[in-house]
Amino acid sequence: MQAYLTLTRRELGGFFFSITGYIIIAAAAFLIGLSFVVILQALGNKPYPVPVTELFYVTHFFWLILLLAIPVITMRLFALEKYSGTFETLMTTPVTELQVVAAKFTAALVFYVVMWLPLLGCMWILTRYTTGGALDAGVIGTTFLGILLLGSLFLSLGCFASALTRNQVTAAMISLALSVGVFMLSFLGARVPDADWKSQVLALVALPDHMSDFVRGTLDTRPAVFCLSLTFFFLFLTLRVIESRRWK
Amino acid sequence: MLTRLASPLMSNGWMIEVANLTKRYAGHTAVSDISFTVGRGEIVGLLGPNGAGKSTTMRILSGLMPATSGTVRVAGFDVFRDSREVRRRIGFMPENNPLHTDMRVREYLRFRARLKGLGGKRLKERVNTVMEQCGLTDVSRRIIGQLSKGYRQRVGLADALVHEPELIILDEPTIGLDPHQIRSVRQLIKNLGRSHTVLISTHILPEVEMTCNRMVIMYQGKILAADTPENLQQLMSSNSQVIAEIAAPESDLYECWTQIAEIERFDVAAVDGQYYRCALTPRNGLDLRPYIYALAKERGWYIRELTRSRHSLEDIYVQVTRPDEEEEGEEFTA
Repeated sequence: MQAYLTLTRRELGGFFFSITGYIIIAAAAFLIGLSFVVILQALGNKPYPVPVTELFYVTHFFWLILLLAIPVITMRLFALEKYSGTFETLMTTPVTELQVVAAKFTAALVFYVVMWLPLLGCMWILTRYTTGGALDAGVIGTTFLGILLLGSLFLSLGCFASALTRNQVTAAMISLALSVGVFMLSFLGARVPDADWKSQVLALVALPDHMSDFVRGTLDTRPAVFCLSLTFFFLFLTLRVIESRRWK
Repeated sequence: MLTRLASPLMSNGWMIEVANLTKRYAGHTAVSDISFTVGRGEIVGLLGPNGAGKSTTMRILSGLMPATSGTVRVAGFDVFRDSREVRRRIGFMPENNPLHTDMRVREYLRFRARLKGLGGKRLKERVNTVMEQCGLTDVSRRIIGQLSKGYRQRVGLADALVHEPELIILDEPTIGLDPHQIRSVRQLIKNLGRSHTVLISTHILPEVEMTCNRMVIMYQGKILAADTPENLQQLMSSNSQVIAEIAAPESDLYECWTQIAEIERFDVAAVDGQYYRCALTPRNGLDLRPYIYALAKERGWYIRELTRSRHSLEDIYVQVTRPDEEEEGEEFTA
């Protein structure tokens, strides 16, 4: 446990010691702010019958942030350490591979949540300066839960990609390809007949649909289970990749 | 010395037991069927040119990579099956000494010590101790990336020591250091030998001579020789040449060297003016210098240099790796 906490702190430190962490947060804050401005303008023209959180979600900035920021966050996790050789010194200490993978994933997840905090700020501004309760805590809660669940899925993809290579750029590209791949699967659902078993399977993968449930304040366990199980699956694969150096 | 004598008596008192270790990569064999043991408290030097298999051996010892075949035990634990137990007992500094360059020295050492299971008061104590031991106290707040190579090397060393491991493995610990730093690192290693077992790798012979109780010479993945530096030196210097620069008539020199029975081979070459450089190889490990001095005194020759060539590692390789090959050169045989 001590090793896990120490490693997590070190990884988080790695994000904030380097300029990349701040650039990622700044870029995300900029995009979130931009989407906020767009929403405010739209709201100024005519009233919408949907929660503001859903408006945030339908501006597409959401997916842009999710798909672009995560490969950049995760690319350094293993690739950088393998490249600089510190991964070897790490593995000569009595830490387990599981601790290493868990710590790196946790750190990335914490950083990812920090990156989304400006959205909370936007929502605070909305509730502070509007009347009639544009938002309630439940909707904000499920929105962030959705962000967390989808994020952990894509972060685990990124971890896996980073474990595969020593090159950060390669890791980012693999991670981007995997996440866009999973994301695109969602749209295949519309192309097959409704009654087909394929469409039912694809409906499970339909991330935008899941997310739109979350931003409306609906809490469905199916997408949660889906995201979590895929997250664990890819973290398991990461673990196997890391362990593989012991059989090579 | 005492530990060396005592260790074989305790059949399982070995710190390192390597038996028939082989490591094959796709296409080539890095380490081929080597066996050696290191007793507790010994300082052993792995000596060999680049690509001899030193680093591979060390990396297998520290559990970083598996062996293709053979067994490796550290403190009685199998490095593959009880990897964590072994890692708890090892302090390893890899060849290029990778460090987190964005951390400060004390912060890094504290981080490493925590990973190695230290905590609380002991952590603080140990970090302070190793920083003092390695001369890092003045730079404790500096960022590692801004430190010189010598200081980084010391940080790596401090990291290897911080959890008081039973076995310290250092891969080329003095590479890239200036002579002062090399001296202090060697002294440090020597002091470590009092309470730890140390395995270092190097391709510098004097380093092994100065610090190690025993050396293991590796070449092309095999162990060629393993003995104390003194014994190996003696073996090597048994026919070591004496170089003498003498001002004398050339014909006199030829005559003298041919007459002395102790000289097996000689070579005379004009240097400048009236001086001749004579390379003399003794017949049976004799030190020729007193003879030559006496001869020069008797004949009234001037000597401006008289040295016995110390065998460099290179010579040892040549001797150990190609024992049957004829030596080249234009020496005369007496």
